[in-house]
Amino acid sequence: MTKLLQTLLDSIAVGSLYALIALGYTMVYGILQFINFAHSDVFMLGAWFSFVLARAMGLGGAGSGSIVQSLVILLGAMLLCGVLGFLIERLAYRPLRKAPKLNVLITAIGVSLLLENTGQLPQLLGKQPARMPSVIPDLVLVEAAGVQIRLVDVLVIVIALGLMLFLQWLVFGSRLGGAMRAVSQNQAVAALMGIPVDRIISFTFVTGSMLAAAAGFLYAAKYPGLNQPAHSTWVLLGLKCFVAAVVGGIGSIHGAMAGGLLIGFVEMFGAAYLTPHLRDVYVFTLLIAVLLFRPSGLLGLARVEKV
Amino acid sequence: MTQLLRTEKKLFAAALVLGVVFAGCKREDKPAEGSGPAAGGASGTAGATPGDGPILVGEYSSMTGAEATFGQSTHNGIMLAVEEVNAAGGIKGRKVEIKLYDTQGKTQEAGTAVTRLITQDKVTAVLGEVASSLSLAGGAVAQQFGVPMVTPSSTNERVTKIGDMIFRVCFIDPFQGYVMAKFSRDNLKAAKVAVLYDQSQAYSKGLKDAFVKSFTEMGGEIASEQAYNKGDSDFNAQLANIRDAKPDAIFIPGYYTDVGNIALQARKLGITAPLMGGDGWDSSELPKIAGEAIEGGYFSNHYSHEEQRPEVRNFVKAYQAKYSAVPDGLAAMGYDAARLLFDAMKRAASLSGKDLAQAIGETKDYASVTGKITIDAGRNARKPAVVLQIKGGKHAYVATIDPK
Repeated sequence: MTKLLQTLLDSIAVGSLYALIALGYTMVYGILQFINFAHSDVFMLGAWFSFVLARAMGLGGAGSGSIVQSLVILLGAMLLCGVLGFLIERLAYRPLRKAPKLNVLITAIGVSLLLENTGQLPQLLGKQPARMPSVIPDLVLVEAAGVQIRLVDVLVIVIALGLMLFLQWLVFGSRLGGAMRAVSQNQAVAALMGIPVDRIISFTFVTGSMLAAAAGFLYAAKYPGLNQPAHSTWVLLGLKCFVAAVVGGIGSIHGAMAGGLLIGFVEMFGAAYLTPHLRDVYVFTLLIAVLLFRPSGLLGLARVEKV
Repeated sequence: MTQLLRTEKKLFAAALVLGVVFAGCKREDKPAEGSGPAAGGASGTAGATPGDGPILVGEYSSMTGAEATFGQSTHNGIMLAVEEVNAAGGIKGRKVEIKLYDTQGKTQEAGTAVTRLITQDKVTAVLGEVASSLSLAGGAVAQQFGVPMVTPSSTNERVTKIGDMIFRVCFIDPFQGYVMAKFSRDNLKAAKVAVLYDQSQAYSKGLKDAFVKSFTEMGGEIASEQAYNKGDSDFNAQLANIRDAKPDAIFIPGYYTDVGNIALQARKLGITAPLMGGDGWDSSELPKIAGEAIEGGYFSNHYSHEEQRPEVRNFVKAYQAKYSAVPDGLAAMGYDAARLLFDAMKRAASLSGKDLAQAIGETKDYASVTGKITIDAGRNARKPAVVLQIKGGKHAYVATIDPK
């Protein structure tokens, strides 16, 4: 029972992190129909920007930052990644707007490699792993029957859910969201209706990147041993979130949220109750199963493409 | 943005592209077949540099990537040895030059790097890699072209079994596993030990097997055996299983980046048992990542910079003067590998692959920083290991354990 509850808590915490990142993949796919492979690097930079900001504020010794400091770090990292997301779209993807999708996809891989390798420059983030200063106090809020509810897990869940609710409102409740949905359905018609398509696409990238940055901050708070920028950890995490987006139905915002949580559950329960080192196998088996039986994803709608 | 253009076709196309990309990477594992040497290449002279120009020695190391400190330290050690040999007049009247390629810690890059060193740069011999998985990939290429390779610190048993061109100046994992098993039985008086290893690394898996074998032979019990994969960041499930097994100590034969995260998460779960590991822990970064979580941990290593032997004192002094840092074990191994290779080059009848390999194989009681080196019939080095403890973020000498 203890194990069940603990695993449940871990699943929700990890799953909501996955969901935050998966949203970035799905939003970009929804609007441009290509997979932004640089997204996992934006997430990585979100974690590393949090580290840099925390250090700049003098954190890193004993004790942890105040609530205000932590919020500034979170928002700062989101802002930096937002700018980065804007630049990536403006400089790398927009010039290819009319090019075949494959070109954009390969460019995305290029951007990903560029970010990883530039990040390793000694003047920037360096090649070494680092210890994230404590931004969220390491408190056990509730300890009952062996189950530990940690502040960091609660905050991960609360912040992730908060951001997802905000996104829900943004996409489905605001004029801007209406424009985004219009662009995703038909760019040409949206442009005829007076929607500034390029600006909406930029906005989508900025939003997705900011969510990834928030995920990076929360990840760094939960797992303070930050691996260096080109470490396979980041790629693997990005890949799992991409799987989450596909499992949920790529292009669907609710699908990404559900997919992220589902992947978190499958991974954590698999690790706790089956063999821990096969956790990735469970995730990718789920992907194969979904692609076999419901190729458009759990919440995705199958559409016939006109050829 | 719920219902968008998403079809199986597009996903399929994406998967296809991914497949092509990965297949493209994979293909680099092996050298292109057309560029291989003629049959019987093991005796070839593909690498020998003719004339009186400098002797070119190739190096492949992880200068960037997850295990970057390994490559950087090794490279520093090698460059120090090169500087010294050139200052003393070079080898056979010729200067030594190093050609370095970065492997980024990736297996596929190792094979490519060695192929380039041998076919394009025409190096006389190859130094590298640190990680055993990478040495296995690079060693296969060096063997195929008949160019001798000396790995400074790949401890996995299989590395030198590739063939007669592959040597090492470090001890092998069966010995390292024996050292830590003996240490945990004799010094820590541990009866039950749990192990947590990286199943995707030849080094980690080999060291785990050796430790488990020695430890059970000495009457110890393995309380729990858990594995993880390169790239994992959450070890809570494995650690929860280990905690439930209540071991006296935990053996984690991984590389320092993962060990740091494991230590942090173990202490969070309330595990207080001492942590132990192998030479993969040897990085000044480990205490920086794990801080108090790794304090008191023990690991086997190639040397201690605190030793008083003249070789060690001279090396530490020269290294500090050049790099203003205390040399870690990998720097010492890089230095020793290069010096041993240069010594063999001086003794060799010619610099052809065959003669050079013979000279390396004849090395006996060579006084080096990491102890007297004798290359045995299996092209491995027989020598003692030291056990160090992490104290106040520094490495403190605890014990020396001699070969069986």
